[in-house]
Amino acid sequence: MTTATTEKPVNNGVNVEALFGAREALTKAPEAAQFKWRASCEWVKGTQSRSTVDSFYGLGAEQKHKTKFTFDSDHPEVFASEDAAATPVEIVLAGLAGCLTAGIAAVAQARDIQLRSVKATLEAGMDIRGILGADPDVRNGFDGIKVTYKIDADASLDDIKAVVAQSQKRSAVYDIITNPTNVTVEVK
Amino acid sequence: MRTTTVVIGAGQAGLAMSWWLAKRSIDHVVLERGEVANSWKTERWDSLTLLTPNWQSRLPGYGYQGGDPDGFRTMPETIGFIEQYAEVISAPVRTHTKVISVRSRGEGYEVVTDQGNWQCETVVLATGACNIPVVPAVAEAVPPAMKTLTPIQYRNPDQLEEGGVFVVGASASGVQIADEIQRSGRPVTLAVGEHVRVPRVYRGKDIKRWMDASGVLDQRYDEVDDIVRARNVPSLQLAGYTDRRTIDLNSLTRIGVKLVGRLAGINQGKAQFSGSLRNVCALADLKMIRLLDTIDEWARENGCDGEVGPPHRFEPTEVEESPPLLLDLTSGRIKTLIWATGFRPDYSWLDLPVLDRKGTIRHDGGVVEAPGLYLLGMPFLRRRKSSLIDGVGDDAHDLSAHLASYVRGKAVKTREVHARFSAG
Ligand SMILES: Cc1cc2nc3c(=O)[nH]c(=O)nc-3n(C[C@H](O)[C@H](O)[C@H](O)COP(=O)(O)OP(=O)(O)OC[C@H]3O[C@@H](n4cnc5c(N)ncnc54)[C@H](O)[C@@H]3O)c2cc1C
Repeated sequence: MTTATTEKPVNNGVNVEALFGAREALTKAPEAAQFKWRASCEWVKGTQSRSTVDSFYGLGAEQKHKTKFTFDSDHPEVFASEDAAATPVEIVLAGLAGCLTAGIAAVAQARDIQLRSVKATLEAGMDIRGILGADPDVRNGFDGIKVTYKIDADASLDDIKAVVAQSQKRSAVYDIITNPTNVTVEVK
Repeated sequence: MRTTTVVIGAGQAGLAMSWWLAKRSIDHVVLERGEVANSWKTERWDSLTLLTPNWQSRLPGYGYQGGDPDGFRTMPETIGFIEQYAEVISAPVRTHTKVISVRSRGEGYEVVTDQGNWQCETVVLATGACNIPVVPAVAEAVPPAMKTLTPIQYRNPDQLEEGGVFVVGASASGVQIADEIQRSGRPVTLAVGEHVRVPRVYRGKDIKRWMDASGVLDQRYDEVDDIVRARNVPSLQLAGYTDRRTIDLNSLTRIGVKLVGRLAGINQGKAQFSGSLRNVCALADLKMIRLLDTIDEWARENGCDGEVGPPHRFEPTEVEESPPLLLDLTSGRIKTLIWATGFRPDYSWLDLPVLDRKGTIRHDGGVVEAPGLYLLGMPFLRRRKSSLIDGVGDDAHDLSAHLASYVRGKAVKTREVHARFSAG
């Protein structure tokens, strides 16, 4: 087994001290741990729409991102759409990949593992008869998601696997996708 | 009535404390709502055997004397062992004395029981970590027609209707109960969350021998980097079967138990499972490999390699390609649901401001914030082995030393006050 015997400190660019500090602080003040994430969305035309993320609530106060982020979504030409942007389900996959990968960097940092490169490919199966209403027994969503990581790091394969497994354990998007969540949609 | 120390609970923890208090000449009583070894007598299922081998039942001044150190005690044998200990050490136990309240009084405490009240300077809480079965909030959504049980109510498969059984939780209790029920001919579905997988025997020796020898069980609470996590690690998937077979998810799959993910919700009679089954199994496999690596390293460094079998690894946990995400609890196929989702202590009678938001006692290695109040027998209280028969003795030693110096300090203070008064 190759365990890291690094002279220079591991640097994946994640400030784990700050994260652990936050964990400590939030145990003492659980109110501050209550966050609300927000997004808004406006229809553009056809199947195209634009979502915006700007503010959120956390640490007991209103917070603002440094910039307003926008995400376009559309559908591909095979659905007779214009394909002006990625489909919402692809954005979900990108969200999962981003969340897991950030987690991998943080866990690796905490475990003194230097990362050199981390690449994920994601694939999700979907039987579109569900969304088309062609067969009521087919679910709308993914029938499974497969994430494959290629990671180059100063650690044994088992240690790398453990980092990836721990990142899943701590990932918000992974939890959102794997567990049921109540969703309320209203019109005002 | 008055004494220096009231110990509440006559299980292994209260008795071990009694032994140390007697050694330190501290006047005390042990109050017990039922009889000695009450939890083993009234709260365990029929077929349960200890998962710790006989040699590993070491209590202060006492240990296993029989001819089968590697065997596993049945419940009657466990009860006998604890009862004998109480007798051998002549513990001052008052049975059938239920503590209804503990409150502060002057510089000490008043312990209210259904057999009268005690005034004392110090109190040791040894009432057990497993008084109340933990049942998750989704229990409210279980269809009312379904029969539900906790491990404290479960006795044996004959108590259950014929038909399917849904066991929630795959740690020591859950896997043992699932194994027994499946073998009784009732098909079991097992909901698996985070768990800890270990083999019963590794390189020809019991896993507990390795864990004991390599110091894993002695690891201290102030040495681990994340004590919150360490205290919440689920119990080992392990059983003390006579044939020493390993119980794990693979062995359960082999006899026909169906594995599903963690129970995440129940909606309109349908149980919904997390899609994380593969990940929790991968985590358990990797953690087992890490434990075996630690053992191999220890064996090599300590020159044991020649005496034991060669290092080896176990097959990964097999998980079906796409485990089901839903289970219909109203179809009539599942007759019983068993919550093997852990236990928590009961402090409803403790009238002292020492509980945190989540109802657990604030303490430092068993020394509770309130002066003269001590806690014993909780998971990883002072050491990884703290809640085991084999581990509570060392904690009782440390805490009784703290208690003794506290009592001595108070006595000195009182003498000084008296001296000052008589001098004045
Ligand atoms: C299913 C199961 C299997 C286990 N298997 C093993 C094993 O194989 N090996 C091992 O080492 N450990 C095992 N344990 C863990 C542990 O050893 C037991 O839980 C053990 O009973 C704990 O001992 P204790 O003295 O801390 O608590 P207990 O044995 O629970 O003793 C506490 C005592 O306090 C009494 N009490 C509670 N409240 C009051 C009150 N208000 N007034 C008066 N008295 C009160 C109770 O009646 C009880 O007798 C197991 C635990 C469980 C639940």
